[in-house]
Amino acid sequence: MDLHFNSAAPDDAACSAVDALLGPPSDERGADARGRRHLLLPALHAVQERVGWISAGAVNYIGERLMVAPADIYGVATFYDLFSTKPRDPTVVHVCDDIACICAGAQAICEQLESSAVTWERSPCLGLCDRAPAALIIAAGESPSATAMAPVTASELRNAVGADLVGRNAPTTHVGGSERRLLRRVGRVDPESLDDYRAQGGYAALQRAFELGPDATIAQIAAAKLLGRGGAAFPAAQKMQAVAAAPAQPHYLVCNADESEPGTFKDRVLMEGDPFALVEAMTIAAFAAGCEHAYVYVRGEYSLAAERLEGAIAQARSAGLLGNLAIELRRGAGAYICGEETALFNSIEGKRGEPRNKPPFPAQAGLFSKPTLINNVETLANLLPILLDGGTAYAAIGTAQSTGTRLFSLSGAIARPGVYEVAHGTTLRALIGLAGGVTQGRRLQAILLGGAAGMLLGPKALDLPLTFEDARAAGATLGSGVVMLFDETVDLEAIVRRITRFFRDESCGQCVPCRVGTVRQEEALNRRDFSLLGEVGSVMRDASICGLGQTASSVVESARANLGLFAERPA
Amino acid sequence: MNAADVALTVDGIPVTVAAGASILDAIAQAEIETPTLCFLQTLTPVNACRVCVVELEGARVLVPACARRAEAGMKIRTDSERVRHSRKMVLEFLASTVDISTAPAMQRYCAQYGAQPQRYGAESAKVAQPVKIDNALYVRDYAKCILCYKCVEACGTDAQNTFAIAVAGRGFDAHISTEYDVPLPDSACVYCGNCIGVCPTGALMFSSEYELRARNEWDEAEQSQTDTICSYCGVGCTLTLHVAENEIVKVTSPIENEVTSGHLCIKGRFGFSYVQNRPEEES
Amino acid sequence: MRGVRNGAKLYVVDPRQTSTARWADGWLGLDVGSDIALANAVGREILAAGLENREFVTRATDGFEEYRLAVEPYTLEYAEKTTGVPASLIRELAVAYASAPKAELCWTLGITEHHNAVDNVRALINLALLCGHVGRYGSGLNPLRGQNNVQGGGDMGAIPNKFPGGQDAEDPASLAKFEAAWNVTLPRKSGWHLSDMFAAMERSELDTLYVIGENPAQSEADQQHANELLRGLKHLIVQDIFLTKTGELAEVVFPASAGWCESEGTVTSSERRVQRCRKALEPPGEARDDIVIMCELARRLGYEWPNYTPEQVWNECRSLSPWHAGMSYARLDELDGIPWPCYDEQHPGERFLHARLWENPVGGPRAPFAAVAHDPPVEALDDEYPLRLTTGRRLDAFNTGVQSGGYRSPMRRGERLDISPQDARSHGLREGDRARVSSRRGSVVVPIHIDNGLRPGLVFTTFHYNDEVATNLLTIDATDPQSGTAEFKACAVRVEPL
Repeated sequence: MDLHFNSAAPDDAACSAVDALLGPPSDERGADARGRRHLLLPALHAVQERVGWISAGAVNYIGERLMVAPADIYGVATFYDLFSTKPRDPTVVHVCDDIACICAGAQAICEQLESSAVTWERSPCLGLCDRAPAALIIAAGESPSATAMAPVTASELRNAVGADLVGRNAPTTHVGGSERRLLRRVGRVDPESLDDYRAQGGYAALQRAFELGPDATIAQIAAAKLLGRGGAAFPAAQKMQAVAAAPAQPHYLVCNADESEPGTFKDRVLMEGDPFALVEAMTIAAFAAGCEHAYVYVRGEYSLAAERLEGAIAQARSAGLLGNLAIELRRGAGAYICGEETALFNSIEGKRGEPRNKPPFPAQAGLFSKPTLINNVETLANLLPILLDGGTAYAAIGTAQSTGTRLFSLSGAIARPGVYEVAHGTTLRALIGLAGGVTQGRRLQAILLGGAAGMLLGPKALDLPLTFEDARAAGATLGSGVVMLFDETVDLEAIVRRITRFFRDESCGQCVPCRVGTVRQEEALNRRDFSLLGEVGSVMRDASICGLGQTASSVVESARANLGLFAERPA
Repeated sequence: MNAADVALTVDGIPVTVAAGASILDAIAQAEIETPTLCFLQTLTPVNACRVCVVELEGARVLVPACARRAEAGMKIRTDSERVRHSRKMVLEFLASTVDISTAPAMQRYCAQYGAQPQRYGAESAKVAQPVKIDNALYVRDYAKCILCYKCVEACGTDAQNTFAIAVAGRGFDAHISTEYDVPLPDSACVYCGNCIGVCPTGALMFSSEYELRARNEWDEAEQSQTDTICSYCGVGCTLTLHVAENEIVKVTSPIENEVTSGHLCIKGRFGFSYVQNRPEEES
Repeated sequence: MRGVRNGAKLYVVDPRQTSTARWADGWLGLDVGSDIALANAVGREILAAGLENREFVTRATDGFEEYRLAVEPYTLEYAEKTTGVPASLIRELAVAYASAPKAELCWTLGITEHHNAVDNVRALINLALLCGHVGRYGSGLNPLRGQNNVQGGGDMGAIPNKFPGGQDAEDPASLAKFEAAWNVTLPRKSGWHLSDMFAAMERSELDTLYVIGENPAQSEADQQHANELLRGLKHLIVQDIFLTKTGELAEVVFPASAGWCESEGTVTSSERRVQRCRKALEPPGEARDDIVIMCELARRLGYEWPNYTPEQVWNECRSLSPWHAGMSYARLDELDGIPWPCYDEQHPGERFLHARLWENPVGGPRAPFAAVAHDPPVEALDDEYPLRLTTGRRLDAFNTGVQSGGYRSPMRRGERLDISPQDARSHGLREGDRARVSSRRGSVVVPIHIDNGLRPGLVFTTFHYNDEVATNLLTIDATDPQSGTAEFKACAVRVEPL
């Protein structure tokens, strides 16, 4: 049980960044340090933000402070795209070259940056699809910054590097829809003001929950028939009840705000536009499930959302609105897989974001192996209207099986991209109509529904009512609520290849079907040998540990089934 | 049968296992062979290789036999088309990616399941890379690594608690590494060789074996194996001495041994040379 | 570590902050040679807090009152001053140890290589008795053996006061049993242990030495003096697998075979497990099995001994030692070794000892407390020799390095003197500098290694590299009168940059 550190010494900036997080070094005991492994990602973030990369010396210093072996830290640091273990410029431009942005000219931006002095990298979807093409400029230093720019040009990016970017990180996304329940304050409330939030009805739902007590709060959610919005559509009250009843202590609440599904940006809009609502909803959920400690895990690229949430948590705390609940915000570091709930737990625990085998399920053994209630942002946001209007009234919206409203992220070939809220049961055609329809003068070629893990559908699917049950019956999924439209100018095969590259890049590498399968799938498409796609897809779907591998072939298969792409040549 | 015992069926055969046993245990009870690569009874199951997957009635996807606990009433199928297909594909994926020339168990499984790794084409991505020789005791040939995590577990909390290596990188680029890929002598490695003991593919190998193989002089059929007790300290580790032509060529320890669970330290694993540094041979 | 991860508490008492100490719940970095002061203070604190196991003490032990009085002066204040360990940490350890449902004390040579080794051990036994942490699974006292057959050597009678199986060499019944079995007359009195032998050489009462598998020319404290005595012997016979430094002094050398791989037999591990060694290699050249050498020697001395097989010798041992009676070779093979006592062929061997103390009434004699007092190392620090040198071992090496020097360990860095950063600074020493280390007995030159785990005033080295750095030129041959162990762990030195 050696903890061996080689002679690589940290620089002062890295040390002070770590000390600012952990406090100055003292005679900490091994037992104390052993319990602080969960601070590993925050410590890596601290060094990355201050220095721009994480040196061997910095890893040694973090290791000594947290009693974690350097090899282990290196393994964690190299898992996350936003951490660099090689020296590089303090300012890096992350250019989104994912599907929406590729359709909007991202490739040209990449080519122009390639011939410039700018340090840049390709990035998976940045959640700015409504204003594609997008980029994120991350600048390390004494006052680090992360600035989202969209839509953006290569010359804007070249000029932005090294310039003062303060105050430029305030993207606005169009919000609309036929119902405005979750979105009702977005764009209308000052997201940095608790008073404004309260003036617009904030904290009435928490008040109601306190009046009802935990059990009756859960009963309201059960009456509302709320299903999880994260993709699995599991009854929310059932999860909450299971955690509330779990004998092991403590109970944790985790809000999954690692929104990374390509084409999705609705959680970002909620967090940026109405952060107090999420804090209030988390307080309700923690109250109902008996959690004294909550984490909100925000996607690393969502700096504005994180900033606003931090502010909202701090204001709520000082206003005494959290009671004895501790809410900690943790930031991801560039890994789609951490949106998978057990990978997210590992990430909070300071480990590589590798999914765990289930069972045990989070309600039995989740974060720190304790009973954990985990929900995504949108699911939690629904607690507010449920408590304000009552579960029965909530259940009257939508269909019998799919109650309430749903947020959709609309992008691509559409007149007014943005986040739209509609009652479940609205058809795809009507939803697209709310956003002004297909871009004028264009013909709809295909729709990506549900995200990279969702399906490609042809125009024939426009009359699909957007409910869990109708999607399932059509062999599709609402997924994370992505509706991305492709017009006739788009090379759909290239879109599918980009999605297969996404899965190859984002596979955690733990299990063979996904680690190798995503590569073999991409290779098969690239060399236009379609005969193996079915076999590769089925082992990924059947034998992968988690949803990533299990859905990594969905888009390919739907493109073949619905659009006739990648057809095998007759033998 | 104890009250806590669990009854289930495997391919229609009723079996009973103790509470807490895995599906793999239940399958073994039915005397059915299950291929495993990342599983070892002394290590925490990581269920990463997925070659042991089975069909569980009512489950949407296949489940790993090694990591999933047996539950009362489970109906397990080990011979369905889905199971055979997934196993074959996992073996093909691995065999098309890594060099399995020193992995006899994998070669056997590939034959058994009809894996055809060549059908992915010569251009398919591999993990090929030069062998790492940075110390006198053992070599690391990660071109043979199937990323089963066993070495990391043995180096870490499951045995040695040294944490010299970890999985680094992500996806297809995930690989076993010291911090910043420093050579072993600069790492925390204490040369217990427990990683060698658990490696299923020969990616980690005694230098003595590596050199004999390079000279084409490695012949396990000609070697004797003798269990004895390590000469160094008071723990009393059982050593299995692999001897060829009156020379120890490798030291292992039986995995079922109560004292070692197959694990040793540097002295037990490598410290044998003093009995064969014979002067007449040096001259 | 698995236990620690499962929630067991680990406290490390060691002058050096070892890597084990870094993982621990608490590290008690005591001054070398203050073990009794610490143990007695822990005992006093347990009593003061009323955490002793009064029922066990009353029923199963003797001498508690004397013990209680003896530890009375060991207040936390006194202990903090004497040991250098903060009082709060001593109290924490006392409470943790006494409150634990199961607790174990493990030690190694840090306790026993002192001039008052036996007292050190007894101070620890006292604590186990005080809390009833003995005689039950998962509790107890565990001296971790540093060699594969230290336990077995003693068990087989290779100590001056015991016959095989722990039978007293001065007990008339034992004497009668062994005399009858061996058909000889045995001495009535116990023999000499190693330190006694050197003392006897000094007095010219011992002039012939037959050394089997030991290298006293390098392993003895105050090496220079030990060598003079060995050179003064009339006859020195060495039986070894190497031509050791001791062998070079010998008049006759018997080349032996390596016990663990070139011959058959048994060894006994730290957990009293008797295990089989098996022959895997043919020994080189003229080397022969130890038994063969001894039988041949016996024949030359006029006894008609055939070449006994190892199993025959073992079966004789079983017939004379009740501890080993049930351990046939077949059973040892089948069970991967058996811990003694194992009285018959149905007996599984005992997993732990002293369960009798929990019988009511106690089976056999009660366990005695022993009032022991702090007694600092023989060699005090002074202006001339201001640093405390303690010696020990490193992971990849073994004792004088005769065996472990034979393989190419990537961890081998050669001999070094570990020194605290503070002392390195005050001596103007940097990493890798060479320094002269001197004690009252000798001096060596050794490279410096700065170790953050060392407290100021303490330096550390090993004796693995005798040919490079003969550390035992420095160490003191003050020995414990009861065990004969030398105080390898504490001498006074001075360090000078070169």
